[in-house]
Amino acid sequence: MTGIIVASGNLANPVMARSQMGFSLGWHIILACFGVGMPALVVFVEWRGIRTGDPSYRLLARRWAKVLGVLFAVGAVSGTILSFEMGVLWSGLMDHYGAVIGLPFAIEGFAFFIEAIFLGIYLYGWDRLSPRTHLLSGIPIVVAGIASAFFVVSANAWMNSPTGYTVRDGRLVGVDPWAAMFNSATGPETTHMIISAFMVTGFGVASVYAVAMLRGRHDRYHRIGLLVPLTMASVLAPIQFVVGDWAARYVAKDQPVKLAAMEGLAHGRNGAPESIGGYFSGGQLHDAIRLPDGLSLLTHFRPNAYVAGLDQVPPALRPPVTVVHLAFDSMVGIGSALLLLAAWLGYAWWRHRDLPTSRWFLRAVAVSGVGAVVAMEAGWITTEVGRQPWIVYGVLKVAAAVNPEPGLGYGLYAVIVVYAALTVATVYVLRRMTQSTPVPMAPQESDVAAVKVV
Amino acid sequence: MTYANALLAVMWLAVTAYALLAGADFGAGIWDLLAGSSKRGASQRSLIEHSIGPVWEANHVWLIFVLVIMWTAFPPLFAAVSSTLYIPLTLIALGVIARGSAFAFRKVVSELWQRRLFGAVFAFSSVVTPFFLGATAGAVASGRVPPGIGRGDSMTSWTGPVSILAGCFAVVVCGYLAAVYLTADARRAGDSSLTELFRRRALGSGVVVGAVAAAGLVVVHGNAPRLYDGLSGKALPLVIVSVAAGLASIGLLVLRRFTAVRVSAALAVTAVLWAWGVAQYPHLLLPGLTVASAAAPHATLTVTTGCVIVGMLVLLPSLGWLFVLFQRTPGRAADATGSGE
Ligand code: HDD
Ligand code: HEM
Ligand code: HEM
Repeated sequence: MTGIIVASGNLANPVMARSQMGFSLGWHIILACFGVGMPALVVFVEWRGIRTGDPSYRLLARRWAKVLGVLFAVGAVSGTILSFEMGVLWSGLMDHYGAVIGLPFAIEGFAFFIEAIFLGIYLYGWDRLSPRTHLLSGIPIVVAGIASAFFVVSANAWMNSPTGYTVRDGRLVGVDPWAAMFNSATGPETTHMIISAFMVTGFGVASVYAVAMLRGRHDRYHRIGLLVPLTMASVLAPIQFVVGDWAARYVAKDQPVKLAAMEGLAHGRNGAPESIGGYFSGGQLHDAIRLPDGLSLLTHFRPNAYVAGLDQVPPALRPPVTVVHLAFDSMVGIGSALLLLAAWLGYAWWRHRDLPTSRWFLRAVAVSGVGAVVAMEAGWITTEVGRQPWIVYGVLKVAAAVNPEPGLGYGLYAVIVVYAALTVATVYVLRRMTQSTPVPMAPQESDVAAVKVV
Repeated sequence: MTYANALLAVMWLAVTAYALLAGADFGAGIWDLLAGSSKRGASQRSLIEHSIGPVWEANHVWLIFVLVIMWTAFPPLFAAVSSTLYIPLTLIALGVIARGSAFAFRKVVSELWQRRLFGAVFAFSSVVTPFFLGATAGAVASGRVPPGIGRGDSMTSWTGPVSILAGCFAVVVCGYLAAVYLTADARRAGDSSLTELFRRRALGSGVVVGAVAAAGLVVVHGNAPRLYDGLSGKALPLVIVSVAAGLASIGLLVLRRFTAVRVSAALAVTAVLWAWGVAQYPHLLLPGLTVASAAAPHATLTVTTGCVIVGMLVLLPSLGWLFVLFQRTPGRAADATGSGE
């Protein structure tokens, strides 16, 4: 009887559970990016405001802090469900390996505490603490935000490069939690993710002000609101390129099947081309643009180096290729476009100490926020779908990790309904917040004090 | 004491902190629901907003902390509980989302209909979420969650009499704690009519909590004999402490000792939780999952314990600052000067 229930539950559960996990993670991560990146921006403009007394900076600090309060709350509650889902959906994973990947999550718990505590102090203490103490109380939020991204992604890195444990007769007998946490994927993955959080925040905030400037607001307040976040993101864009290359090298070494899927490379060969676009069907990639020897050069610095293809493993162990390939191309494509945008800003600044005058520049900045989010989501699709069918690469299959209880799949529908409402409400409230108190043309000290942070 | 026991104690302390702190935040939402029409309830809602605003996010993290310690130190416990009880757990998670975001949204919108809408979501989920938390606890306490992945029945495991009663108990306890804390907050804000209102509510809900607890013992007697044996055996001293602290709280409320009653009310709730823990120890789940058999390998336990110690050295002073800062400066007085600059 139980056998039948388990069997029937198992059939649909992996697909539904994966969709639920991917959906809720993909949602949370957007808010989490702002949770990591935005405190630094707010603290920076607050510091400039204290140093210069400039009302524009001071007003920006208050208004951004208000937005941060909302984004953080929504980010925190949307993260909570993920902790539940680790067990509700992936009981098999946690049963076998909870003891191995638990440590980063446990430390992350403390990082969350610090973030939440100091955010409470920072927001509610705005008019109660001295300016200096208040500014300093913002620093732990910045540090803890980066730390929490590091720890949670190092848990994900372990799923890609499992190390630090011994299994005997199917039982976990020994664990080295530090070795598990600092596996070979941890370096590239965490660095890449933390930078993308700052890029998402930087381009995202800048795009709000680009839209306002396109509507004719060219005052100092809007220029600062555009320049500060855009500068942060633009400095990081080239660094992200290099780190992305590091990540790709790591994948080539540790997860060759994922690399083959990212590149749509069906058969291993010397002088492998770099393929851009196209779709995969019938065992090969169609309609792609191919740069001869490109992939061999990129991964091994030699034009005729050997690169392993999907055929290194039987078909049942290969991930869905088209999704992974296109997701990877989208990330790299958008990353390159963002790099060009950064270069445009850098060039104009170097020549005239000013923003580029073209309206096309503002238009480009206006879409850059969405672009950075898409690049980030595409990167996660590359990583997570490219790991299939494994939940822990080469060790545990997704189908063996999922909770077998019947009816699990309905959770997905419930989550979709709640998140649809949450998305509408979040967007609506954020828009109302900017519209209900318009920014004056030349902000004065009294305008600053009129904005209550909480 | 082994590392596993130490981490179990840490986990249970975190459960206690969550119940006492976040429980009161849920309870504040319940009073928000009962505060009446927008006009009449405005001052109550504003007191509630100011009391929980700075702290609810930090209080909420205790729940996350319980989960991560559980899956790190006792993975089979986490896997069994979360697979069998996936329905109430998913509902808790969705309730947390609805509640936290609605609260944050209500604070920043200004029009009446918006505040009403978000307020309703906030208040409603403040009732539903503790109910499912209690039902989950009741399922474990009454031995309806067997070890293993998805071995229990996903419905009957948490719909038994003990679960239903524990769910109701959780809701009334939250309301009671909130009323007790809000009484003192109202007095600090210098609002005597609100102080009286919440004092009356604290008294009323205190009586209800006692009644539900007494009914609970009867239900446990009939439906969870092993738990009853524990409660009337080795956990009896804690049960007595809880009853005594509960009665003392009523007396202190009558005497208007609003600071002391915070302590005694918290003690009464703490003693209930620890009585349950002691009654069940060393069994985590029936049949056969004990602290020793569920514990993670040694290295995980030692490293996690070390990290918890270091983490607490950072956490506790920070938490102390947060609470002191917002207990010392009465919320509304400061805000009045803030906006009047
Ligand atoms: C703003 C976001 C963003 C941008 C511009 C880029 N990436 Fe990225 N990428 C991510 C955001 C991201 C990510 C979402 O953060 C991922 C998912 C997992 C991770 O560690 O980072 C990721 C993963 C990821 C992976 C897979 C790692 C793995 O599976 O472990 C590779 C190989 C690259 N990236 C390579 C690149 C390259 C060569 C880029 C050059 C333009 C690039 N990324 C730009
Ligand atoms: C950093 C910590 C992360 C952890 C521990 C984690 C964990 C998991 C787990 C357990 C699964 C289910 C098993 C599987 O399908 O392989 C999964 C799937 C998935 N995750 Fe992650 N994940 C993390 C980050 C992310 C982020 C930030 C995203 C954002 C988009 C993401 C996107 C997905 C997707 C799309 C799937 C479904 C895979 C599929 O459909 O094939 N993950 N992840
Ligand atoms: C790359 C992926 C992730 C990053 C960078 C990230 C980062 C963050 C950050 C910065 C926060 C603070 C609140 C905010 O959003 O502003 C947060 C909240 C949270 N995240 Fe994530 N997260 C990620 C994935 C996950 C995963 C996979 C889990 C689950 C296991 C998770 C669990 C949580 C929880 C429980 C919270 C709530 C903490 C609180 O109440 O403050 N996150 N996350």
